[in-house]
Amino acid sequence: MSGASNQWRAICRVDDIPVLGSRRVARDVGVDVAIFRNDQDQVFALLDRCPHKGGPLSQGIVFGTSVACPLHNWTIGLDDGCARAPDAGCTPRFAVHVSDGVVHLDAVELAQHAIDLVRPVAGPKVIPLAVG
Amino acid sequence: MKKMKLVMVGNGMAGVRTLEELLKIAPDLYDISVFGAEPHPNYNRILLSPVLAGEQTLDEIVLNPLSWYEEHGIKLHLGKKVVDVDRRKRIVRAADGTEEAYDRLLVTTGSNPFILPIPGKDLEGVIAYRDIADTNTMIEAATRYKHAVVIGGGLLGLEAANGLMLRGMQVSVVHVAPWLMERQLDDTAGKLLQKSLEARGLKFLIGANTQALIGDRDGGKAGRVMAVQFKDGTEVPADLVVMAAGIRPNTELALKIGLHCGPQNRGGIVVTDTMQTVTDPRIYSVGECAAHRGIAYGLVAPLFEQGKVCATHLAEFGIGRYTGSQTSTKLKVTGIDLFSAGNFMGGADCEEIVMSDPFGGVYKKLVIKDDKLVGACMYGDTVDGSWYFKLLREGRTISDIRDKLMFGESNIGDTGHEGHNKAAAMADSDEVCGCNGVTKGTVCKAIKEKGLFTLEEVRKHTKASASCGSCTGLVEQLLMFTAGGDYSATPKKKAMCGCTDHSHQEVRDAIRNEKLLSIASVYKTLAWRTPNGCSSCRPAVNYYLISTWPKQAQDDPQSRYINERSHANIQKDGTYSVIPRMWGGETTADELRRIADAVDKYKIPTVKVTGGQRIDLLGVKKEDLVNVWKDIGMPSGHAYAKALRTVKTCVGSEWCRFGTQDSTQMGKDLERALWRMYAPHKVKLAVSGCPRNCAESGIKDVGVIGVDSGWEIYVGGNGGIKTEVAHFFVKLKTAEEVLEYSGAFLQLYREEAWYLERTVHWIGRVGLDYVKKKILDDAEGRQALWERLKFSLDGEPDPWFDFDQARVDTRQFTPVAAAQGEVQ
Repeated sequence: MSGASNQWRAICRVDDIPVLGSRRVARDVGVDVAIFRNDQDQVFALLDRCPHKGGPLSQGIVFGTSVACPLHNWTIGLDDGCARAPDAGCTPRFAVHVSDGVVHLDAVELAQHAIDLVRPVAGPKVIPLAVG
Repeated sequence: MKKMKLVMVGNGMAGVRTLEELLKIAPDLYDISVFGAEPHPNYNRILLSPVLAGEQTLDEIVLNPLSWYEEHGIKLHLGKKVVDVDRRKRIVRAADGTEEAYDRLLVTTGSNPFILPIPGKDLEGVIAYRDIADTNTMIEAATRYKHAVVIGGGLLGLEAANGLMLRGMQVSVVHVAPWLMERQLDDTAGKLLQKSLEARGLKFLIGANTQALIGDRDGGKAGRVMAVQFKDGTEVPADLVVMAAGIRPNTELALKIGLHCGPQNRGGIVVTDTMQTVTDPRIYSVGECAAHRGIAYGLVAPLFEQGKVCATHLAEFGIGRYTGSQTSTKLKVTGIDLFSAGNFMGGADCEEIVMSDPFGGVYKKLVIKDDKLVGACMYGDTVDGSWYFKLLREGRTISDIRDKLMFGESNIGDTGHEGHNKAAAMADSDEVCGCNGVTKGTVCKAIKEKGLFTLEEVRKHTKASASCGSCTGLVEQLLMFTAGGDYSATPKKKAMCGCTDHSHQEVRDAIRNEKLLSIASVYKTLAWRTPNGCSSCRPAVNYYLISTWPKQAQDDPQSRYINERSHANIQKDGTYSVIPRMWGGETTADELRRIADAVDKYKIPTVKVTGGQRIDLLGVKKEDLVNVWKDIGMPSGHAYAKALRTVKTCVGSEWCRFGTQDSTQMGKDLERALWRMYAPHKVKLAVSGCPRNCAESGIKDVGVIGVDSGWEIYVGGNGGIKTEVAHFFVKLKTAEEVLEYSGAFLQLYREEAWYLERTVHWIGRVGLDYVKKKILDDAEGRQALWERLKFSLDGEPDPWFDFDQARVDTRQFTPVAAAQGEVQ
């Protein structure tokens, strides 16, 4: 969690996230942040991007303190962002602060953390027109 | 807190695997020390034969180098044989006086070769074949001597003979039984094997009974061995004699310290399902020395299974039971493929199907009893071994596939690996697993580098054969010649997932019998190990609940895969596809206009026609899904769900000059009756109006073909990974009957199949006769099934429009906007 500044920004209420579910937090730049809620009302935040093939983790099934990626069923730890062995790789984590039932993320992290990572692309390839 | 002390006696594969499992789950619980009688760290004993044959070096077969022990703080006593244990004071003592105290003791002394009790057994040049020292002795002898005799024509003996021959010795194999490997092969296969080994230069003395070994001093009683003498008085010259007449659990230490062991010579140290010795609960035992429910296993996979269970108990988790394994033999003897399982000898009450091509070197025998496969023995072509083993284990009836059984699974339709059936002949760059794009080279590398031994491990690490499984046979072959000869074993009962020991059937039964109505109550009643399951069991349990108790059990969207939670198909970039329902594949200008407008309005990049006669809109943003559904104004096509997908139709008698029945109307009626039907897996139907079958009814879960006099119904077809031609089920007269029979069939499938089991696999498991009995022979039962299906579907919501009733959490369609700041 690079560059945490403790400038907490309110995101939503814990109740706005389904139990054993998640919400996506859109950012001005970079891939969304996925916020997860488990059955103990713990809240976790990860970049919404599986370390395997970039699947949106917010769309996965949440169990224990893990989420199963919806694309190829890799299991990612909600607390550390890392794939469960034998798969390998981690997705960036985001600091979370919950007070009075409100979920906060760090403003500086939202603006700057892991903004270089992109979504996978799909669909027809755009072929540039040949010149000359 | 002071750590407990764990001492392991024996430093072999099963024991060290147990330590590895333990360190994974409880790395800091114990101070561990290990005694090994051999002066080597843990190595792969199965690969001694390739070392003897000069194909691998000793260094290459080391599994855990000395640095591994250091890294994990394990105190290693190499070359020290444990001779006593004081169970009262809990102290282990080695021959040189080294002592270690223990809180838990793990006895993994493995097995000993069986030495024939004959005169001359102690002569110089007479050895067993068990460890590195024996292997080195053989390699060394091959440089100085000419004649070798191997006593025992089992796997180990033949491997030793082959290795010695490759190292330049003249080798005779003495075998007392009437054919080679009599415990694994029948006489025909055994004789084929003998013939091909003879062609390579081995000599065989079959049926010969060894009487004595003759030495070169003191009238034959001392010195180095020079000949083997048989009961009939004949002799053969021998400078080296290798005893390979079987192994026995090594219970020397166990007997000395009073641990209960099985019958003399055969039984091992008796252990419980938790791998604790019955005598002393502080003492555990796994591996070839342990006897579990009367069986001492000699294959790697069951021993590793034992190790895993043992580790969870040493870690004080108190979970996991070892309940035994079913094993098959699939061996690689000097480049010859062999497979056998079950009762491969047959008998008076059995039938046999035999294919024999002695010149081509191929022989297959299948033994059948009461319409079930009970044994198999194969020589030369073993790629279907795992399939036969599966049939054998499941005990399914094979009457419906009997005519094709001999030709293997690939004959029943198989795609994805270019028809390869001999892994050895493949190049490293050839693809083994077409689903996951895994090459032979990748699989072999992973097996070597990660030290994999079982199919499950290869699946986890490489994903090869982890999806459709049609390349399982190839992966098993690769395992065989990369990791060594034995590997094939499976638990007797397959647990649903790692969260429980219960099988799918047990969970289904409990939900029905105990009237369980929620996932939480299932987990509580069946003592699930995890608080809220995993991504594998939760969707299954959710389906079992709603299919068993419709209108009573409540659907849980958070236990459904994303496609069924968002009612659209997720794509690789996180966008979705939308496929509206078009009854029977018919549409109108009005619908097409609305679809076209939506494509423009929401800038949908791809529009495609599907194989099921529908229109697929690909690349829809999740935020747009609700509006796209609304604008198009057509019902959900459920193309994303384990549910009724489509009813494909041909134009039928309305237009077609060959049409005999109105197949389009029949298809529309079926689709309207069955839509919104969730099922264990996706369900596809088709209706053709004449036997030309333009709607491809022969590869659908339910296929209907109109003929002049009525309708023919086919079930259990599949156009997927394995092309499965549907079975003829029944001929009917009226459209009403078609609805009733199809509906009843699908309801039986919904109520009894396991989650993610297609109709073809379910029928394969329970047998077509069973399904016929339930649907065709029992009119009352059929009508009741049809009524139950109609009851289940009555009033079911369309999830694209009735959000509340379908429990669609619409919050998912809108991201939280972080930029807006404070929450009210």
